[in-house]
Amino acid sequence: MHTIQKAGLGIFLLAFLIFIAVLGLDRFVLSEENLAEAISNPYHRQELVEVAQAQGILGKSYGSSFEFVPVFKALLKDSQQSLEEKAKAALPEGVSKSEFRLGSWQFKDYTYAAARKASTGPVASNPLLFFGLTFGLGILGGLLYILPKFKLLPGIKNDHIYHRAMTRGLKVGLRSIFLGSAIIGLLLYGVFYMGKEYFWPAVSALVGLLIIGLVLLAERQRRRQPARSASPQVTGWLGVLAGIFLIGFYILLYWAPQHITAWVLLADPLSRLLNGGEASQWFLYGLLYTMIVLVMGVRMLAKYRHNKYQVIRTFSVMFFQTAFAFLLPEILVRLNYPYYDFKNIWPLNYTFFFDWNIKNLLSSGGLGIFMLVWGIVLIIVAVPVITYFFGKRWYCSWVCGCGGLAETLGDPYRQLSDKSLIAWKFERWIIHGVLVFAVVMTGMVLYTYFTGSRNILIFNSDTVRTWYGFLIGSAFAGVVGTGFYPLMGNRMWCRFGCPLAAYLGLVQRFKSRFRITTNGGQCISCGNCSTYCEMGIDVRAYAQRGQDIVRASCVGCGVCAAVCPRGVLRLENSSSDVKERAAVVRNRLADL
Amino acid sequence: MHIAILGNGVAGITAARFIRKLSDHQITVISAETDHFFSRTALMYVYMGHMRYEDIKPYEDWFWKKNRIELLRAYVERIDFDNKKLITREGQSVSYDKLLLATGSASNLFGWPGQELEGVRGLYSYPDLEYMEQHSKGLQRAVIVGGGLIGIEMAEMFHSRHIPVTFLVREERYWDMVLPPEESDMVSRHIREHGIGLRLSTELNEIVDDGAGRACAVITSHGERIDCGYVGLTAGVHPNIGFLKNTPLETQRGILVNDYLQTNIPDVYAAGDCVQVREPKPGRRPIEAVWYVGRMMGETAAYNICGRPVTYEPGIWFNSAKFLDIEYQVYGEVPAQLPEGYAALYWEHPGERKSIRLVYDKREGHILGFNLMGVRYRQEVCEKWIRERIHIEEVLQNLGLANFDPEFYKEYEAEVVQLYNRQSGRSLELRQRRGLSAALRFLRSR
Repeated sequence: MHTIQKAGLGIFLLAFLIFIAVLGLDRFVLSEENLAEAISNPYHRQELVEVAQAQGILGKSYGSSFEFVPVFKALLKDSQQSLEEKAKAALPEGVSKSEFRLGSWQFKDYTYAAARKASTGPVASNPLLFFGLTFGLGILGGLLYILPKFKLLPGIKNDHIYHRAMTRGLKVGLRSIFLGSAIIGLLLYGVFYMGKEYFWPAVSALVGLLIIGLVLLAERQRRRQPARSASPQVTGWLGVLAGIFLIGFYILLYWAPQHITAWVLLADPLSRLLNGGEASQWFLYGLLYTMIVLVMGVRMLAKYRHNKYQVIRTFSVMFFQTAFAFLLPEILVRLNYPYYDFKNIWPLNYTFFFDWNIKNLLSSGGLGIFMLVWGIVLIIVAVPVITYFFGKRWYCSWVCGCGGLAETLGDPYRQLSDKSLIAWKFERWIIHGVLVFAVVMTGMVLYTYFTGSRNILIFNSDTVRTWYGFLIGSAFAGVVGTGFYPLMGNRMWCRFGCPLAAYLGLVQRFKSRFRITTNGGQCISCGNCSTYCEMGIDVRAYAQRGQDIVRASCVGCGVCAAVCPRGVLRLENSSSDVKERAAVVRNRLADL
Repeated sequence: MHIAILGNGVAGITAARFIRKLSDHQITVISAETDHFFSRTALMYVYMGHMRYEDIKPYEDWFWKKNRIELLRAYVERIDFDNKKLITREGQSVSYDKLLLATGSASNLFGWPGQELEGVRGLYSYPDLEYMEQHSKGLQRAVIVGGGLIGIEMAEMFHSRHIPVTFLVREERYWDMVLPPEESDMVSRHIREHGIGLRLSTELNEIVDDGAGRACAVITSHGERIDCGYVGLTAGVHPNIGFLKNTPLETQRGILVNDYLQTNIPDVYAAGDCVQVREPKPGRRPIEAVWYVGRMMGETAAYNICGRPVTYEPGIWFNSAKFLDIEYQVYGEVPAQLPEGYAALYWEHPGERKSIRLVYDKREGHILGFNLMGVRYRQEVCEKWIRERIHIEEVLQNLGLANFDPEFYKEYEAEVVQLYNRQSGRSLELRQRRGLSAALRFLRSR
């Protein structure tokens, strides 16, 4: 390894350690002022101050968020109770009961806001310095590690992927443990998230068991042993650590942001610059996401600089993430327009038809109306039409943010996708299941929007949409989707979960010019194409028969064609022979 | 009917698949090498860490059972042709009604002193790969002897592990019995720019014993001693038919077969590397140890075994390889040295490792072959031009039809045409750019 690269790696690791350490540097001191900043409801604020004073919490210093948060939660509970008693006695004049009472559902937001405000110490007072030490050093280290790669001879750079502890994946047993405990853990946590409501977690568990049953029973009937497991001979321990870190990060981000307020503080200066306000955890996430896409995008450019398709595509995902997903929405907010990502399409953007979003857009003048119409046009016109001409790749591997992260940060892990036939079966059940869930949930939400009635049959549309947001929006897309990059590959979400990918895939499968064509009889069945297919498509199975590849899941990343040592594969949009050449494949994969 | 297939390489397995497609016969594939079929050409990627052994198996393990293809892991030592029986090393006997011999190749050894030492081996089989892996730990230098396709693969493999490589090539240029001088030079330069020690016009004289039965150095034909811990012998392969010598089966260098891939013994067929075709088609050699040939022969053999006589028609020669980072494709006739009556148009990119060569008949002008380095061309289009003896100028004006490079890649066909114009004083123009629609229109046209 180049000396500069070693230095870069060292600097990056240092930045990473500081990033972790930042969480423990500040102390938490609650004061009347920061309670006032954190909580806008005057009755709640006043009550909290009174109870806190009585309990001697104000001005007391707590060493970590883990000390502070339980104390503050107890404070919230006590205040809730005392407000309840006061409400029973008498409400202040002209104040509604709901405004006066402190609801348990507000605890999470209040805790996060209070923790953020109560932070005092080096990070809170020098956010810019620590931003430089974490983000700045991290980017510097990353680039120092990556840039020397431009000096290597151009060509395919996959040496040692299966030798490295970071990229070679997990043994099947360990992988199952991770996946199993993630699913069970998330469902159990879901029960708490839904306020001890068992119904939807139980339904989800049943659907999950049903899918497992359907796939495995079909397998057993044919007496097939699952083969070609995606397991290395020895588990890559660095990959396991990276996976644990990512999973932990997403859990904290979604469900315990009160423990990562120090990170949010780091992003404050930039947030003020961009949108004029303080950073939220979502701003921090967007910033981190964009920086990673950019730095790892440079890595992708270095790796595939001999391949113009990859270069242009990588620039495209870097551009859409930076401009459309990150900067533009912040600027809109600064200009007092709704936060809007012009390239985020329903049902991936599952909140698009939520009442608050529609109301928000409708009340934002001409631009708001345009945003609403634009969003709908994307769904019903752009998706089918563009996909007809170019395949789903126009979105999944050129525009989409999830795809952008998968193609940059996730590139070192693309080989970990499971190529077995059984995985393909799971994929079809699960992703189309999520699509159905998204459509039904949105239908219920719209029913409520238009009729005002929350109940459809015996189901409450609010509960369903909350559960969708938890299970699909956060747990699947984030915790499993990205957290599992080093464990099961970089397109877990795109392949198994994304309802928009399912929709795009249906168009691609049944009505699109896009496919991968093969070059005569040149295939040597080497398997590079299948190995590096992030979507787990067994490309070789088609290529070695000289068949075109038409698959709903193909995101058209073009890496199969790039790694093919014999020039056999080519992504194709031509309409000429779609009907004949692809017909066999469209109907069914021939067996022999 | 029980059909036994000896060898689970691409020839044997393709035959098994097609026999299953065509019939309900009992099929047994016997191999001593591995339990399952794997892509031999991909062995290098396992060593380099691009793939695991699992990944180079083209079919999942359930495939065989599902398609009722029995796999037997055994070493066949002797064939009793009279009683239609295979006898394994363990003494087990397997009787057959029809037999396909697809035993592949073995590495050439030319009787070099020390070739039997520890740490000296060719690269053809999976055990060879395991042997190479076992000897790679702590290896200070490897010497590779023989400048063919396996030699450069082996050089790339060691190079990927940062093990210094010295590559001894007998010829003046890398693989110049096959590649024309310009392409051969390009590959030679590329080998060197990777930091691999290429020694041209150098042969192996002997391998030195370290006193404990291990190779510790080689002595070259120039008398130079090169210290090394591993010697890769990659001076070509020959049909793996040692155990068939002195049997009723007629062999020369390989197993002799007719156009139906039948041997001299009824119900015994042969396919793949181990075959020597009695009367090769024009432009083809009697022994062709190439993946594609194995696959085509396997398919032909299956038809003949199933009682549907089909002659072996390999069609127009094609092959492909990859020299480190340079992809290589060849279609038709591209001689290393241009014979009398042949002409060639050779274009090379000034900065990158890309070239296009068109070989044509000097007098008649029809196209004979294509040689591509770092550029991908469509096999069907090139074949059609060659088969229909299309004039070079017609080919040039439509050259874009053949381009198979990925989207956004620069097209060089116009430059090739300009080069032709400069050399011939003509003023042709490129009429077709890259594109599947036009290529298909052309392929469908009569």
